[in-house]
Amino acid sequence: MSTIYLRRRITNWLAMGLSMLATLIGLAFLAWILWETLRQGIGALNLKLFTRITANGGDGGLSNAMVGSLIINFIGIAIATPIGVLAGTWLAEYANRTKLGESIRFLNDILLSAPSIVMGLFVYTIIVLPTTVLTHGSTTFSGFAGGVALALIALPVIVRTTDEMLRLVPSTLREAALSLGVPQWKLTLQILIRAARSGIITGVLLALARISGETAPLLFTAFGNNYMTVNPIDKMSSLPQIIYQYANDPGDDMHALAWAGAFVVTMFVLLLSLSSRLVLSRNKVSHD
Amino acid sequence: MTDSTVATNPAQVAATSAVAPKLTVRDLHFYYNGFHALKGINMDIPEKKVTAIIGPSGCGKSTLLRIFNRIYAIYPKLEAKGEIVLDDENILDPGYSMNRLRSKVGMVFQKPVPFPMTIFENVAYGIRHHEKLSKADMTARVEQALRSAALWDEVKDKLKQNALGLSGGQQQRLCIARAIALKPEVLLLDEPTSALDPIATGRIEQLVEELKNEFTIVIVTHNMQQAARCSDLTAFMYMGELIEFDGTEKIFTKPGKKQTEDYITGRFG
Repeated sequence: MSTIYLRRRITNWLAMGLSMLATLIGLAFLAWILWETLRQGIGALNLKLFTRITANGGDGGLSNAMVGSLIINFIGIAIATPIGVLAGTWLAEYANRTKLGESIRFLNDILLSAPSIVMGLFVYTIIVLPTTVLTHGSTTFSGFAGGVALALIALPVIVRTTDEMLRLVPSTLREAALSLGVPQWKLTLQILIRAARSGIITGVLLALARISGETAPLLFTAFGNNYMTVNPIDKMSSLPQIIYQYANDPGDDMHALAWAGAFVVTMFVLLLSLSSRLVLSRNKVSHD
Repeated sequence: MTDSTVATNPAQVAATSAVAPKLTVRDLHFYYNGFHALKGINMDIPEKKVTAIIGPSGCGKSTLLRIFNRIYAIYPKLEAKGEIVLDDENILDPGYSMNRLRSKVGMVFQKPVPFPMTIFENVAYGIRHHEKLSKADMTARVEQALRSAALWDEVKDKLKQNALGLSGGQQQRLCIARAIALKPEVLLLDEPTSALDPIATGRIEQLVEELKNEFTIVIVTHNMQQAARCSDLTAFMYMGELIEFDGTEKIFTKPGKKQTEDYITGRFG
């Protein structure tokens, strides 16, 4: 009896020890990344970083890239959110357990894991190239095209989370509303979306965090711009693209700027994740 | 009493002799994806009485209740055959408006399921769908419903608060208020106290007693004492069949069928 008990305690202790070790390894890398980006970029983390543009090179800042990133990400999320939430709602509420719904859910999962460079090339083909007709052959890279590429990456994330969050809403809530004679569309818009609201918002924030670090889809679309612009049909710079470009530069001052940019992006993503956690815990809705 | 359907089901004669039926169930069969769950149910549910449906798990009592407002129809592959007559109309007729049916037949579920909105909005939500009321009328209507559900005194100062903050028993009374706010004629209660503590259960039972002056109530319950305490008639179901349907006192003291007696005395189920 007691040997069994002892064995269980040892197994328990081992399993817990291994889980804690795994957690620590994960956290250690996160801390290391943050520390390294801070250490390497600290020299460039000053007011100039936020006020000067990349045209100034090693003596400049990243303000145009930050503004560009914000605009491109905003375009991406603004396109992906309504489409994603509606598609996710359709999957969960109207096409659940149908063959069509299952197939589309599967296709969405494929889109979710598609390489991001493919999205960049795709948007290059369907937006950047065709629009050169309008400019008589000169290139038409734009922040807007970059936003569309990012939207294609954010879309499946939002579809998936909306779908899953809505399917987590207990069916008794649906029955309760329908038993009042309320039609399906009212039930969906006024009750289910509300019940799943915090989960859906979290999905959107996670999608935003995901696209803020994307570089590949922007290379063929937004292209980059050393000057400040807020015009979405102009070439536009972005933080990940500048990090990529500066990291390939031989100058130490450029490297420091790249590191500082990396630190800013990482902090932005970290804050987004944290705020999404906050949204979730604050609006926790329980039906148990 | 010479009607042939009545003659084949003597239980019904005693049960329905006094009051005119509100709901008449005729040869009702129900299929879950081919499984024959209800086998030829016939019963007359009298107006403004409490009818309890008891029976072991899986006997079809909830299934029967869920046909009365056709809530089963939101799931695929379920099929009801037969007739349920409410005020001279067959509610199983595909042409019978779901909107109308559900405003006439309200339902309260096993677990309290308040909507994710304020207490006031929970009650007003259903009314708003069926009627256009002025703000003052709506306020009065919500108050009336909450009073009828014996909840008003507890929530009158926090109508603007989220309903999810109420206790389980309060949430269930809110769900009752939400259902009766539509002024239905029939109120279906599907094991309304199975998720509640004894005190909250007592309040709901007391409420059922009061509500029967206004509504025809059908309650499904696992709890035989509950059926004995708060119903006028009791139907005993077993394996998809209605075994016996009679006055509650008779069912619990002198049941006519051996199966009913065995169940009541706890020999099975």
